[in-house]
Amino acid sequence: MKEFDYRRAPDVMGAVTLLDNDPDARYLAGGTNLVDLMKSGVERPARLVDVRELPLDRIEPSPDGGLHVGATVSNSDLAAHPEVRSRYPMLAQAVLAGASGQLRNMATVGGNLLQRTRCAYFTDTTKPCNKRDPGSGCPALSGEHHNHAILGASESCVAVHPSDMAVALTALDAVVHYETAHGQGEVRLDQLYLPVADTPHRETALPAGALITGISLPPVSVAAHSRYRKVRERASYAFAIGSVAAALDVRDGVVRDARLAFGAVASRPWRARTAERALIGAPATAETFAASAEAELAAARPLPHNGYKVTLMHNLTVAVLSELTEAVAR
Amino acid sequence: MTLQTSSVVTLHINGEKHTLPVDHRTTLLDALRERLDLTGTKKGCDQGQCGACTVLVDGRRTVACLQLAVATEGREVTTIEGVADGDRLHPVQQAFLDLDGYQCGYCTPGQICSAIGMLAEHAAGWPSAASGDVRPAAGPTPLTADEIRERMSGNLCRCSAYTSIVEAVERAAETADSIKAGAPVESGAAA
Repeated sequence: MKEFDYRRAPDVMGAVTLLDNDPDARYLAGGTNLVDLMKSGVERPARLVDVRELPLDRIEPSPDGGLHVGATVSNSDLAAHPEVRSRYPMLAQAVLAGASGQLRNMATVGGNLLQRTRCAYFTDTTKPCNKRDPGSGCPALSGEHHNHAILGASESCVAVHPSDMAVALTALDAVVHYETAHGQGEVRLDQLYLPVADTPHRETALPAGALITGISLPPVSVAAHSRYRKVRERASYAFAIGSVAAALDVRDGVVRDARLAFGAVASRPWRARTAERALIGAPATAETFAASAEAELAAARPLPHNGYKVTLMHNLTVAVLSELTEAVAR
Repeated sequence: MTLQTSSVVTLHINGEKHTLPVDHRTTLLDALRERLDLTGTKKGCDQGQCGACTVLVDGRRTVACLQLAVATEGREVTTIEGVADGDRLHPVQQAFLDLDGYQCGYCTPGQICSAIGMLAEHAAGWPSAASGDVRPAAGPTPLTADEIRERMSGNLCRCSAYTSIVEAVERAAETADSIKAGAPVESGAAA
């Protein structure tokens, strides 16, 4: 690991000032991804600005009737919060489906959004990777890519975003709040991650030096009836090979409202708006659910070894929507 | 800006203060083992994947390999050396002994610290991925074997002593009230 300077930020503006837009400096929160990447040499910061103890650790009602979640709230505290569990169950489930108890205690909400892909070529500094070393190539295209993207990828990068939490937040239209030296800003979660194009090293729409200060969850009534389901290669403590965050409002057998997002299929949480349009106003039947999944997945461009994900996401979508419908009927 | 790559930190470990200079790259795990001779905490993968280095930081289970020592200043650390009350073992330790919750023993300090943290999380009403309905209205989740396996999935055992680890945690959970209060009980009382 490269030697680095370490400063503990006194407050939000102090953190932004300490980072000073320095491309060689990083904010440190839980460190569960950053410290690991520093050990492997993927990240080589000259300075860490520790933001873990900033007073951004509260979950509070927001004026619009939603919830505001501070950036340094731990994943554990987010998933344990009674309001989150009752009003946004898919968010609590998504967080609980990720990592381990230890890591959820350490990791923060802000850090979760900015964690990096677990693509094995990205994390191995002896291999080319356009995300880590722009222009060096993407060995995953012709190599190990059984858990890579089927949607929205490019010839430059086929890595997937690893977060479970962000999938649920995308379905909820959550808004990310940040602070820079020039003032505050916000960006909706489905606009936070940039399209891959030929610049996979540019991952988010956050301005240079920005510090995420919190996330707003809008008052989404359909979210009270929601579910996150994750498929992985072992029963626990593994990244998704496919996941679905879904919320469904069914009345008199008709879908009144729906939210749907996919995880582990793209460089960002994938909001399934095409499927949502196919669902709303249609009868709440397995046929409708299958047609909506098909409509969304028509854009899928699988690689030689991840075609299974198209079938997986189709079946997973139908299963989760059917479960939610049955739960309404009860 | 001149870069300062080391600092003098004061770490609070098992109720004692230790003041020492650390290179900023030093993890809490390496500070415990290499600098403070607290070698009960084990280094397994050193990547946050195996749980062998689990300690409690401010009462919450944490992997010490991904926690920088310099970032731990001001926080209260409890390691396996600090969970017993003198010669009286913590009920989780006693349960692991009584039920052979290990084979080689290398992952055991991490398993025990993780179980202590996990039982407190469960007692606080935290749901898990095994809980199904996470809504508070669904009521508290009983600590079934499935719940224990899910909640302890961050601790790997290369000997695969999982069957007896689950039994030991189940046994320890029977004394959950005393664990919640943070008060060690008499040796064998967990039985």
